[in-house]
Amino acid sequence: MNNFYKKYIPYMFIAPAALMLFVFFFIPFFQTILLSLQDFSTDIYNPSFTGLNNYKILLTSREFYKVLFNTFLFLIFVVPVLSILPLIVAIFINQKIKGVSLYKVLIYLPVVISIVVVAIAFKWMYAQEGILNYFLSLFKLNPAGWLTDTKFAMFSVALVTIYKGIGYYMMIYLAALTGVPKELYEAAETDGANEIKKHLTVTIPHIMPTIALVVIISSISALKVFAEIYVMTKGGPLNSTKTIVYYIYERAFENLDLSMAAAASVVLLIVILIFSLINITFFENKRYKL
Amino acid sequence: MTKKFLKGFSCHLFLILISFLSLFPLLWLLSTALKGIDENIFQYPPYFIPKNLTFENFTGVWKKIPFLLYFLNSFIVAGFTVILNLIFSSLAAYPLARMNFKGKNFIFTLILVTIMIPFQAIMLPVYLLVLKLHLVDSYGLTAGYLGLILPFAVNAFGIFLMRQAFLTIPKEMEEAAFIDGCSILNIWFKILLPMTAPTLAVLAIFTFIGSWGEFLWPSIVLTNKDLYTLPVGVNDLQGMFSANWRYIAAGSIISIIPIIIFFICMQKYFVSGNSEGAIKG
Repeated sequence: MNNFYKKYIPYMFIAPAALMLFVFFFIPFFQTILLSLQDFSTDIYNPSFTGLNNYKILLTSREFYKVLFNTFLFLIFVVPVLSILPLIVAIFINQKIKGVSLYKVLIYLPVVISIVVVAIAFKWMYAQEGILNYFLSLFKLNPAGWLTDTKFAMFSVALVTIYKGIGYYMMIYLAALTGVPKELYEAAETDGANEIKKHLTVTIPHIMPTIALVVIISSISALKVFAEIYVMTKGGPLNSTKTIVYYIYERAFENLDLSMAAAASVVLLIVILIFSLINITFFENKRYKL
Repeated sequence: MTKKFLKGFSCHLFLILISFLSLFPLLWLLSTALKGIDENIFQYPPYFIPKNLTFENFTGVWKKIPFLLYFLNSFIVAGFTVILNLIFSSLAAYPLARMNFKGKNFIFTLILVTIMIPFQAIMLPVYLLVLKLHLVDSYGLTAGYLGLILPFAVNAFGIFLMRQAFLTIPKEMEEAAFIDGCSILNIWFKILLPMTAPTLAVLAIFTFIGSWGEFLWPSIVLTNKDLYTLPVGVNDLQGMFSANWRYIAAGSIISIIPIIIFFICMQKYFVSGNSEGAIKG
């Protein structure tokens, strides 16, 4: 084989993937930034350059603050539960008991089911005369407007995300739990530690990096929440469930307000970039080592 | 002995509770879908087993909604997304794992950077791009499918996963083949790909699930109902049968049957723990 040809072989293998990434990631990435610096309001086909003006408008709009607050609230609901509950489930599954694979399959099932169907199933349970309000009535509580009351709506949406995420993070924890040396448990047992104390002193410290990883990835996916909101509330009632991706969607594809959509996209990019950088610097630096 | 029994008992109790909670929303949907027209689905106290069990809601919604078409669309989109991901990822991963060339680290870093760019933040320019390339359904079925598939045809995570898999194969295998006069493309296809079949399978399955459930992008680009994928079609049920929860429930249940069968057949890939790398995509 001649050397001229050989020199180009690596690039030929990479070219198809590189071309796709270039067209569908890098160009749109820079274009998002470019769009955010342009004003489309006078003529959508002939935007004018406005510098940082769009950001000024965005960051002084009350609606966008509400959106940021909602996104943060959603994250606060979802991330702690998804970091702790799947770990508890994983610890139970990791005990030497029969039927573990069946439990795993059943608990993982919601992960593979379309979020649209899951959201519809919850919407049905959240109905005014639905099954959840029946349970409330058993405790002599008034029926809640799960998706219609501004106080509850974000919590109700978060519950759907939590439901769909438990199996996913459980699998990550299960993989981490296999790495905890058995001798440590035996040592703790001879020290007279009970079940709970054993996990607090051995399991938790040992899998701390995985817990941190789950906090980061569940935060990133919480920031990207969309389908649950689209299917159940459309951002309502009174914008109480409008999060940043829903806001971008609404601006871009319903109001054709490309400037605000792009500026909000850049805000989302920056926030996710910060989380990703924390992740790569502290938790996954070994993973992606060259 | 009693202590051990108690421990096992409480483990099962807890896991049965969690499993039940994880099935409950779907079972409740199924129960509603099976209730007859003369039953009150809002009755207090609610009851689980339908009094007049009927499949009428299923046949009714089946007649009104082209589920087979939605299923076919989802299958075409997910299928091609998987095939393109497997080809592009394993091609690009080969030199990144095996060859030395100028700019290797730079290229690999650039590829990994795309993991940090969320699609949601760039979907507006991607949409403008597919419009400009005429890859939307108003230009025909093929254009519509391509617009659904191409933005997800490569995933940096897949390249990373395949590179890791190639790194575990002993170099001697290729060297022997190379001396026998095998071309580089042949080595990739006849030696490396078969040896990394388990990783390819994991990548295929998780790409398939992701593409099958994708909702945001198809709901943005699709205007023609003939191209609706299952999630978009199911969401549409809400508008079509606004108050008819029996039909909405029956349609939702129909739509998840294929993926549940797929999940049960492939369960070992999901719950074995070997797929730890892939589920983090």
